[in-house]
Amino acid sequence: MESFVSLNLGLARPEIFLAVASLALLVLGAWGGDRSTRLIGWASVASLVIAIALTATDGAAGLAFNGLFVADAFAAFAKIVAFGAAAVAIIVALDQMARDGVVRFELPLLMLLASLGMALMISANDLIALYVGLELQSLALYVVAAIRRDTVKSTEAGLKYFVLGALSSGMLLYGSSLIYGFSGSTSFETLAAALAGEPSLGLIVGLVFLCAGLAFKISAVPFHMWTPDVYEGAPTPITAFFAAAPKVAAMALFARVLIGPFGEMDDQWRQIIVVVAVLSMILGAVAAIAQKNIKRLMAYSSIGNVGYALVGLAAGTAAGINGLLLYMAIYVVMTIGAFAVIMAMRRQGQGVEEISDLAGLSQSQRGLAVALAIFMFSMAGIPPLAGFFGKFFVFNAAIAAGLYGLAVIGVLTSVVSAFYYIRIVKVMFFDPATTPFDRVPGTLRAVLIASVVVISFGFLAGGPVIELSTAAADSLFAG
Amino acid sequence: MTIGIEHYLTLSAILFTIGIFGIFLNRKNVIIILMSVELMLLAVNVNLVAFSAFLQDMVGQVFAMMVLTVAAAEAAIGLAILVVFFRSRGSIAVEDVNMMKG
Repeated sequence: MESFVSLNLGLARPEIFLAVASLALLVLGAWGGDRSTRLIGWASVASLVIAIALTATDGAAGLAFNGLFVADAFAAFAKIVAFGAAAVAIIVALDQMARDGVVRFELPLLMLLASLGMALMISANDLIALYVGLELQSLALYVVAAIRRDTVKSTEAGLKYFVLGALSSGMLLYGSSLIYGFSGSTSFETLAAALAGEPSLGLIVGLVFLCAGLAFKISAVPFHMWTPDVYEGAPTPITAFFAAAPKVAAMALFARVLIGPFGEMDDQWRQIIVVVAVLSMILGAVAAIAQKNIKRLMAYSSIGNVGYALVGLAAGTAAGINGLLLYMAIYVVMTIGAFAVIMAMRRQGQGVEEISDLAGLSQSQRGLAVALAIFMFSMAGIPPLAGFFGKFFVFNAAIAAGLYGLAVIGVLTSVVSAFYYIRIVKVMFFDPATTPFDRVPGTLRAVLIASVVVISFGFLAGGPVIELSTAAADSLFAG
Repeated sequence: MTIGIEHYLTLSAILFTIGIFGIFLNRKNVIIILMSVELMLLAVNVNLVAFSAFLQDMVGQVFAMMVLTVAAAEAAIGLAILVVFFRSRGSIAVEDVNMMKG
């Protein structure tokens, strides 16, 4: 039997630190009550920053917890993006929720626990570890969605998210149980070896259920129906969190599962991923056109963006995974930036969410209008903004893998989606002005400036990031 | 007749399907949805334990214990959200979960 040393606890330093930190802060919160919200919020942000530092400095790769947990460059890249997104989301959520008069110390704690779950998902090397990590993340997110428990919209969002999330967990589990039964193992290493031959029908059914469960979590069509309602109902800073960090974690988990244990079954899963990617891109482009609520529009936009990232996964090559990682990293920055603008849409302290509320923004708040225009142009994929490079790497990988049809559909749908992105720019710059918004608070201003700089000038400093993501993608294929 | 692995798998598939239909066809009460979710997870447990016995491998039973634990946490959170929803909406009928149209 393995000794305590072979647990290799050192490899899981960021996760262990986050677990201890969240439990300590929970005790602090139970003792200090809602008065300690600010302290706990900033301590959560500090914990995430320390976790990023621990992940970044820890170059070692290997297995921990007797093979349940894997640390490699891929996990490190995805974790840094997810932790970073979560830290920014906690900062803006603290500020915004306080303006709405909601001061609860549970909110930053739940977001911290969700981040811990994301890290465990990203590093999962076993079906059991995958399930437990995913549930730790999801259970925290269900509560976070319903955090405004005095409003019908927020509780309804939480309820819908819970029911559909539980359904997806059930499908994922049913798939896991079939995979376990027909291969005799839950460990990703053993599975990869066991699946080398001709796959049995039970395994294929299990794989389909597993993919369906994971597609729910990344809100890919046809498992997207919860997304618009949850995005609209949840408080805006929470929606920003949902759209950014969990998507990265679930996408990384999806890539690890399909490339690692199911690498030999790529003919089977590629069919699923191609169909899901095409449907997501088309629905994301078409359904967003009719939206009047900007949060619903962002929900459909995120469905479309997930479709583009899945194009990289469908390629199934190191270049494709590289594209996926870069796409998700850029998507996170664009999403947080766009949501920062949405959070700044307030009149007399009340948040407004209609696209028509943006009319004439360029005359009243020029900076805000320019920032949102940059995010929208970037999402539409206009060079030299970062969004263009994300799409470029993904489509390049698809063409190199011979998926010409997928790349063509991707380019066509991104033209269609440019219509509604640019319509927002038109509303802001050419429609007659309405009442101006309230002054933008300092934290939002800082987040906005940072994301505008990254999106507009990211290509100047992109080299090192691409090097990191290439190394990350290669590490997934090395094992 | 001996009871073999295929009987357990059939039972579990039937339970799982009933669970899924319970979520989608039910038009009355959100509690029924929660029960359907539990049914799905228990169907998975039947699968896991049957495979575990069939393969002479303990991992499946460990997995089933994990699923049981997480299912308990999930039910607690689901009911808590439902209570909060009932307080603000005054109803837990499925057709009243309709503030936002998706």
